[in-house]
Amino acid sequence: MAILEVTNLKVYFPIKAGIFNRTVDYVRAVDGVSFVLEEGKTYGLVGESGSGKTTTGRAIIGLEKVTEGKIVFQGKDITKKRARTRELNRNMQMIFQDPYSSLNPKKRVLDIVAEPLRNYEHLSKKQEKMRVQELLELVGLSPESILKYPHEFSGGQRQRIGIARAIALKPKLIIADEPVSALDVSVQAQVLNFMKDIQKELGLTYLFISHDLGIVKHMCDEIAIMYKGRHVEQGTKEDIFERPQHIYTKRLVAAIPEINPRHREKQFQFRKEVEKEYDAAYDDYFNKDGLAYQLQKISDTHLVALPEKG
Amino acid sequence: MKFMWKFIVRRIIITFPQLILLSVLLFLMAQAMPGDALTGLIDPNVPEEVKEQRREELGLNDPWHVRYVDWVSGIVKGDLGQSFRFKMPVTEVVTDRVINSFWLSLVTLVFTYLIAVPLGMLSGRYNNTLLDSAITTYTYIGFATPIFIFALVMVWVFGYNLGWFPTSGSVAPGLEPGTMEYYLSKFYHLLLPALSMALIQTVSTVQYLRSEIIDTKQKDFIITARAKGASESRVYNRHIFRNSILPIAAFFGYEITTLITGSIFVERIFAYPGMGQLFIESVLLRDFSVVNAVVLLFGIAMILGALLSDIILSIVDPRIRIK
Amino acid sequence: MQTSNRVRGISVENPLLQINHLSTSFRIGDQYYRAVDDVSLSVNKNEVLGIVGESGSGKSALAYSIMRLHNRAKIEGEILFRGKDIMTLKNSEMNKLRGNDMAMIFQDPLTALNPLMPVGNQIGETLLLHQPNISKHERKERVLELLHLVGIPRPNYVYEQFPHELSGGMRQRIVIAIAIANKPELLIADEPTTALDVTIQAQILDLIRELKEDMHSGVILITHDLGVVAEMADRVAVMYAGEIVEIADVVSLFENPLHPYTRSLLNSVPAEGQDRLHVIQGIVPALQYLPREGCRFRERIPWIDPSAHEEHPELHEVEPGHFVRCTCFKQFYFPDKREEAGIYGNS
Repeated sequence: MAILEVTNLKVYFPIKAGIFNRTVDYVRAVDGVSFVLEEGKTYGLVGESGSGKTTTGRAIIGLEKVTEGKIVFQGKDITKKRARTRELNRNMQMIFQDPYSSLNPKKRVLDIVAEPLRNYEHLSKKQEKMRVQELLELVGLSPESILKYPHEFSGGQRQRIGIARAIALKPKLIIADEPVSALDVSVQAQVLNFMKDIQKELGLTYLFISHDLGIVKHMCDEIAIMYKGRHVEQGTKEDIFERPQHIYTKRLVAAIPEINPRHREKQFQFRKEVEKEYDAAYDDYFNKDGLAYQLQKISDTHLVALPEKG
Repeated sequence: MKFMWKFIVRRIIITFPQLILLSVLLFLMAQAMPGDALTGLIDPNVPEEVKEQRREELGLNDPWHVRYVDWVSGIVKGDLGQSFRFKMPVTEVVTDRVINSFWLSLVTLVFTYLIAVPLGMLSGRYNNTLLDSAITTYTYIGFATPIFIFALVMVWVFGYNLGWFPTSGSVAPGLEPGTMEYYLSKFYHLLLPALSMALIQTVSTVQYLRSEIIDTKQKDFIITARAKGASESRVYNRHIFRNSILPIAAFFGYEITTLITGSIFVERIFAYPGMGQLFIESVLLRDFSVVNAVVLLFGIAMILGALLSDIILSIVDPRIRIK
Repeated sequence: MQTSNRVRGISVENPLLQINHLSTSFRIGDQYYRAVDDVSLSVNKNEVLGIVGESGSGKSALAYSIMRLHNRAKIEGEILFRGKDIMTLKNSEMNKLRGNDMAMIFQDPLTALNPLMPVGNQIGETLLLHQPNISKHERKERVLELLHLVGIPRPNYVYEQFPHELSGGMRQRIVIAIAIANKPELLIADEPTTALDVTIQAQILDLIRELKEDMHSGVILITHDLGVVAEMADRVAVMYAGEIVEIADVVSLFENPLHPYTRSLLNSVPAEGQDRLHVIQGIVPALQYLPREGCRFRERIPWIDPSAHEEHPELHEVEPGHFVRCTCFKQFYFPDKREEAGIYGNS
């Protein structure tokens, strides 16, 4: 069952210029993006900086104004801010990139994690404390840490506090915006494992936004590749990594460092070939503005942005 | 460069509403003061009907917006009204004073930066040393000392006791204007008040520069410069100093505001015939048209100072030029 | 024999850089703590030495020590550059080396450039400092050549631009141009691609590799990214808590990793066929709380019998050129087999 349906989403930011600061043009941060999230799955949104992946996530959760398009969550149209009922809002939460700046340093862990509970559930002090302790245990932190402040924790622990806050209300959908890119390798592993665990436990759906293809491959069932506000390719993990069709995706996949040093010369050679193909075939894959075409279906799961035939 | 011009033009356009607001406030202030333009001109014993007739002739009974337009157009033509005390046009009263104050401010500014730049640099470069502590102590004393007390001490020590400097006026009497002696004497009279003001006012700039240097010192691009093989002196001169002085340069225009406040006390204490002294005297004698004119000129100076600061910043900082 | 001495990691008679018992200590409160603790290694000409570790491992502190760029650190030991100990050099002599014979590429290309100086002048400064005799015109020509060399389109236009006007990838190219301006014999790259997108990363790594081939320099590549090391390095040193725990040629390190930390690290990045990632227990302790006695990794692998560790762990040469610290590697195993997919999967 689809939990989230995004149809032709556009988010434009005005460019102001001139002496009177009039809007002269728009930055088309998200420029007509459509996708469907199935319940309980992890959907990866991949792109390089400036591709619009973060803006897409922020628009879905209501942090950016939608210029055009439609967002349907749990069967209800939430494109307009007013249509977002409290009930819908609590079912959608976000995990932020930087565990160092996304937690208020002046608040205790108890207050940070309890904040959504206070907004939505009227618990007594005692119940609240118990819930927070349960949540902390769930994310693998000791229940005694409720009276500590964020600076007393390591990066990975802080990110888990952020996750505890996000799952406090038992949401259905979590938008995770680069949740591990600020963390060390071994800490990344901890957070990623943990995200997988609670997904099973709570039946969560993830929209996983990341620039790291290795992690996306590890985490996601379906993946969309984004470039300049548009999707260039969309498909299952296998579609994207084993049968990439769009030249942009091929180039991205080829750029992943080869972990086997014996194969590296081969990888360099392959990368050179892809680069050559990219230069040669650029005009076949992008329109005259350098943007991707509309997505065309090439199999049941696999969509690629190609010019229309004929 | 195109962007820079756009920025400057936009910035200049913003000053117009500021000037209009200033003039409206002043106009309202003038209206609220006792008496009117006639009060100082006419014998108080003249009968009320005659006064009323004169008022009608002078347009003093017109609606307020007509009088405001009259007043503004007068200012633009250089007519600031009549001084009650001097019995002459305010413009004439003010002209000499403006010139005196301008020179005093200029010399003060020069002293301010002559003191601030080396002290701030030394203090920032060798922070947490004895030298830095000494300089910082000076700045704290400077912050804590009211300018009027410090100026009094300076007059007393260097003017009366040691007799090194004149203690009043802007020029020795009896000198022919235009001669070399005249200008030297003018400069000599400026020195002590300017130095007194500068020694106190400079401390904020010293501290500002110090913290800018300490801040810049820790930037990554300073490590890049060292990794290039640049010597310490080059690192300081080429990278740290240049990048630290920028915000100071931008502060330059705002310095005018501090100067105006300072000059009000210092000119009074040194009996230096400038705008500040005129302001205090006129307030005490309730010479309202002059007070009004002085406030107007001060206000304009401050607005132009802010404008100047922003323009300087847009020229020196490439990052602002773009926006 | 396809594996030459260079790849096997046996130090050739005259290494470009030989570090002996180097320690770098920082002051916290009123005591000094070693961030780099008794590190010895060598780099040869035409060789890339990768240094891998997580934050707090001391890898960056080591790089800054080699360039002597630390402001307030206590550095002990020997740094022999072309056989001469640079620790004894005066600052002015050191300045002649820096930017000329040894140069550094920094992590964050935005903050590494002076925001108020056109990038052309920033590159030109390196030339000016070490070749003061060339004319202004010639210097500009050289800068334009360098811009072209690092793959910047329209060098004439970019020459006048300020750092904030360039993209992250372009800025990193400028930082590289500064570093290679005088064809240094030793190039130290401190996380040169961490701040960049993956396609830009591939381009920058390619560029560093090409430049190394051209100049026959020795390169120290510091990174936390195992993939980057696997692609770039000839030899790899793994650092944990200020010490080198394993050093080997790149193939041995990836095919036969020995130290528990190396193996844990390799299993904590997603690989083919790996369902769960390995999580190293506990955290890297802050500098003041590092265990200084015995095996420093002991606390992170508590399920291993304490008697497996050495009392004073040393580097053991288990194969020619392959060194491992402590003896605990012999008894190390992963408690959860799912987490040990092997780095190349089973495919």
